[in-house]
Amino acid sequence: MTPELLSSLSLSMPELIIAVGALVLLMVGVFSGERANSTVTGLAVALLIAAGAWMLVFGHDGQGYGTAFISDPFARFMKFLTLVGAVVTLIMSVGFAKAEKFDKFEFPVLAMLATLGMLLMISANDMLALYLGLELQSLALYVIAAINRDNVRSTEAGLKYFVLGALSSGMLLYGISLVYGYTGHTSFEAIAAALTGGERQLGLVFGLVFVLAGLCFKISAVPFHMWTPDVYEGAPTPVTAFFAAAPKMAAMALIVRVTMGAFEPIGLDWQQIIVFVSIASMVLGAFAAIGQKNIKRLMAYSSIGHMGYALVGLAANSEAGVRGVVIYMLIYLVMTLGTFAFILAMRRKDGNVEQISDLAGLSSTNPMMATILTILMFSLAGIPPLAGFWGKWYVFLAAIDANLYALAVIGMLASVVGAYYYLRIIKIMWFDEPVGGFQPMAGELRLVLGLSGAFVLFYVLIGGPVGQMAEAAAKTFF
Amino acid sequence: MSGVPILSLVTFLPLVGAFLILLIRDDGDAARRNIRNVALLTTVFTFAVSLLIWIYFDNAETGFQFVEKAAWLDSGISYHMGVDGISMLFVILTTFLMPLCILASWESVEKRVKEYMISFLVLETLMIGVFCALDIVLFYVFFEAVLIPMFIIIGVWGGKRRVYASFKFFLFTLLGSVLMLLAVMAMFWQAGTTDIPTLLSHGFPANMQTWLWLAFFASFAVKMPMWPVHTWLPDAHVEAPTAGSVILAGILLKMGGYGFLRFSLPMFPLASEFFAPLVFALSVVAIIYTSLVALMQEDMKKLIAYSSVAHMGYVTMGIFSMNQEGVQGAIFQMLSHGLVSGALFLCVGVVYDRMHTRDIAAYGGLVNNMPKYAVAFLIFTMANVGLPGTSGFVGEFLTLFGIFKVNTWVALLAATGVILSAAYALWLYRRVVFGALTKESLKGLFDLSGREKVVLYPLVILVIFYGVYPAPVFDATAASVKALVNNVTVSIDAAQTAAAN
Repeated sequence: MTPELLSSLSLSMPELIIAVGALVLLMVGVFSGERANSTVTGLAVALLIAAGAWMLVFGHDGQGYGTAFISDPFARFMKFLTLVGAVVTLIMSVGFAKAEKFDKFEFPVLAMLATLGMLLMISANDMLALYLGLELQSLALYVIAAINRDNVRSTEAGLKYFVLGALSSGMLLYGISLVYGYTGHTSFEAIAAALTGGERQLGLVFGLVFVLAGLCFKISAVPFHMWTPDVYEGAPTPVTAFFAAAPKMAAMALIVRVTMGAFEPIGLDWQQIIVFVSIASMVLGAFAAIGQKNIKRLMAYSSIGHMGYALVGLAANSEAGVRGVVIYMLIYLVMTLGTFAFILAMRRKDGNVEQISDLAGLSSTNPMMATILTILMFSLAGIPPLAGFWGKWYVFLAAIDANLYALAVIGMLASVVGAYYYLRIIKIMWFDEPVGGFQPMAGELRLVLGLSGAFVLFYVLIGGPVGQMAEAAAKTFF
Repeated sequence: MSGVPILSLVTFLPLVGAFLILLIRDDGDAARRNIRNVALLTTVFTFAVSLLIWIYFDNAETGFQFVEKAAWLDSGISYHMGVDGISMLFVILTTFLMPLCILASWESVEKRVKEYMISFLVLETLMIGVFCALDIVLFYVFFEAVLIPMFIIIGVWGGKRRVYASFKFFLFTLLGSVLMLLAVMAMFWQAGTTDIPTLLSHGFPANMQTWLWLAFFASFAVKMPMWPVHTWLPDAHVEAPTAGSVILAGILLKMGGYGFLRFSLPMFPLASEFFAPLVFALSVVAIIYTSLVALMQEDMKKLIAYSSVAHMGYVTMGIFSMNQEGVQGAIFQMLSHGLVSGALFLCVGVVYDRMHTRDIAAYGGLVNNMPKYAVAFLIFTMANVGLPGTSGFVGEFLTLFGIFKVNTWVALLAATGVILSAAYALWLYRRVVFGALTKESLKGLFDLSGREKVVLYPLVILVIFYGVYPAPVFDATAASVKALVNNVTVSIDAAQTAAAN
């Protein structure tokens, strides 16, 4: 082994832990019979935590495998968020698996492989590494979406996701080939160097558009959002939670790295695309969610809107903007995990329910659950002093600095429209007559919901250190 | 008093009470009694502590007092508290009205007492915070967070159309506020800080002032509320429980006026000068039009709600007259209106608790078996009309005096509002209190109970006291208002000189 390979291996140790672990766990699952699911889930969680711990303790800056793999503060921050999302959703799936006979050990294994793909995406410093990570993630996610294969909706969700996902991958690859054709490079730094000072060619802009289209599909930004509501609704709830949490972190990190890294010299070109996508996502997320009756579908539109808000920060094309994106994604992750812990706990005697009307009068039947969800909903709506407000504060602060006034005003107005449907959930819980309470929450869901609520409520006290961490992550690009 | 963080103490004391109530299990009458007692004690204690602020307040000092500053979030946002002559009395007004609200809800709120009291205590913290905050982001956080408990209060304990009213209240105010938030961000990038004292002396460029002023105006005009964005107020007032209406009219509306005084006027003096005619026009429309609308109301609370809009018209007019009399009058009018409209809603609550209707037509001749109530109601009605000798007169007269110096026509039109307010207020009083007691349902009514006396009598005393002797208020506000008016005049003059050259 050459020293270079050795250093590359040590740089990518978290990914190696997960890759080898996933293969081993597949074997464990096959041979351990009845109780495979809970064993494998437990081991998967342990391995993901081990990978995260390795990254936090031994993680250092550097590039590996030529220049294809990069580790920097930004990558580690976003990887940490991705791992948190994956670990928490896996933990939350255990109770659901027992209750709903959803005992497929393939889920944790595939979730690990998807997480591996996400980590590779975040660390990608080369178009090919980007594509490989993205495809590993996507293929695992296609299967996960359809994992409930005897259920028509789940299969439909998986198929829909696969067809549209394959299309977007094709666009991405086409875009990459155009970029390669016009710059002669696949490495982000080389692309940036080739673009600096040179004349801007039309074909390159086409390549840029295709690359961004492929990436926007992964964060479900408008106009590439069509799959989101169906997949969110059709997939089993723990899978939906996983979809809402982990891949969004990775894909957003990837967009930030591609725009800030590779296409930094042609900022004006991608900026207008991001502004459009951001406005469209915020507006559609706000209006389309109003009519929803299923809470998972509602969360799908809510996530579309929130991706729009995160992109507001990116559109600013500045350090303050990237900091805003990072903080926004962190806060979005916590709020999403809490909300899905709640959705998983929407259980009556005869099984899980998903309709918003099932929440009626929850404040008298399960006051604690209702109170925390109320806090989360006000936070998602962006009402101070809750965390969701500060997410919006940082991204819009960056947008104002970049003189993107139209974007900021439209985004703010969309947030008022969006507030309406979050308020509707609160209204149903507090103002309507009870229709019967839910079963007591499982311990792990209670913990996730409680921690998420506490984070959202007390963000005003911990916001300083969080902001500093995000600032350190954002400095990577400047 | 140095070293004691008295403003933080007053601001967050109610939260302590809310936390204590959280620990009480809500089961049975004993628990409910405990919850009510804790809430009452907390608010009374908060009021007592807040009086220390007034006692130790230095009337001669123009700057901020009792200042506390601590590092908070990054981006230069700090936890900065302090009061001056403009804000100090609003803190006292808030802490004074809260125990009355708790008492007013003593028997009328029977379901979910625990959540109700927690909502009110959280609301109190946020309202005091609004008036104490010396960082504009901190101000915004308090200002906006008020919506959360108020939404719950209207929606859970409100009347028949409570859902509609609560949504309208929330979304209207949010819509105004988000534009202000963008303006705050723009100010941060321009001045590099969100610290209010620094921003006050920053001097924003003239064209930027216009936009910032409009964004702030969007927020404060809705909150105030000014015509034509006042339509949420009658709905919210009618549906809210009595104590909710008192807080809404007594404190929440004042946040708009306070905002104009704290931000719009001193930070954007040129834009304020430029837009003053617009504000005057809207104020005059509010005074005349909403007074006429009030005449036609059949619901007591709705009538008082419209009269609030009309009275706030005097406040905006006084503020933008930008002279000592006008601004002093506006502040006094806000404080007085806080007492008077709060008291009127409490009076409506007294009969509503007995009859469960707010229809004016359902009443008549109450003076026969409720003489004490009739007297109290009469005094508040007279104060609402602005009769000399009540606190309502002082503010109204001074704002008219202030505007007269600026624009005679506006003063003339606004003065007609005095007559109109007499018309609707006295007519309401006649229909409810005077006349023969013919309706069977009203004959069994008993006069004010001990608890209701405790709620209403202090208000009677204060309304008359400040009508006869308003000096304590003017002493406290004079220095700060003088400095404010002076700064505004100097900047406007400087700009005019610069333009002339």
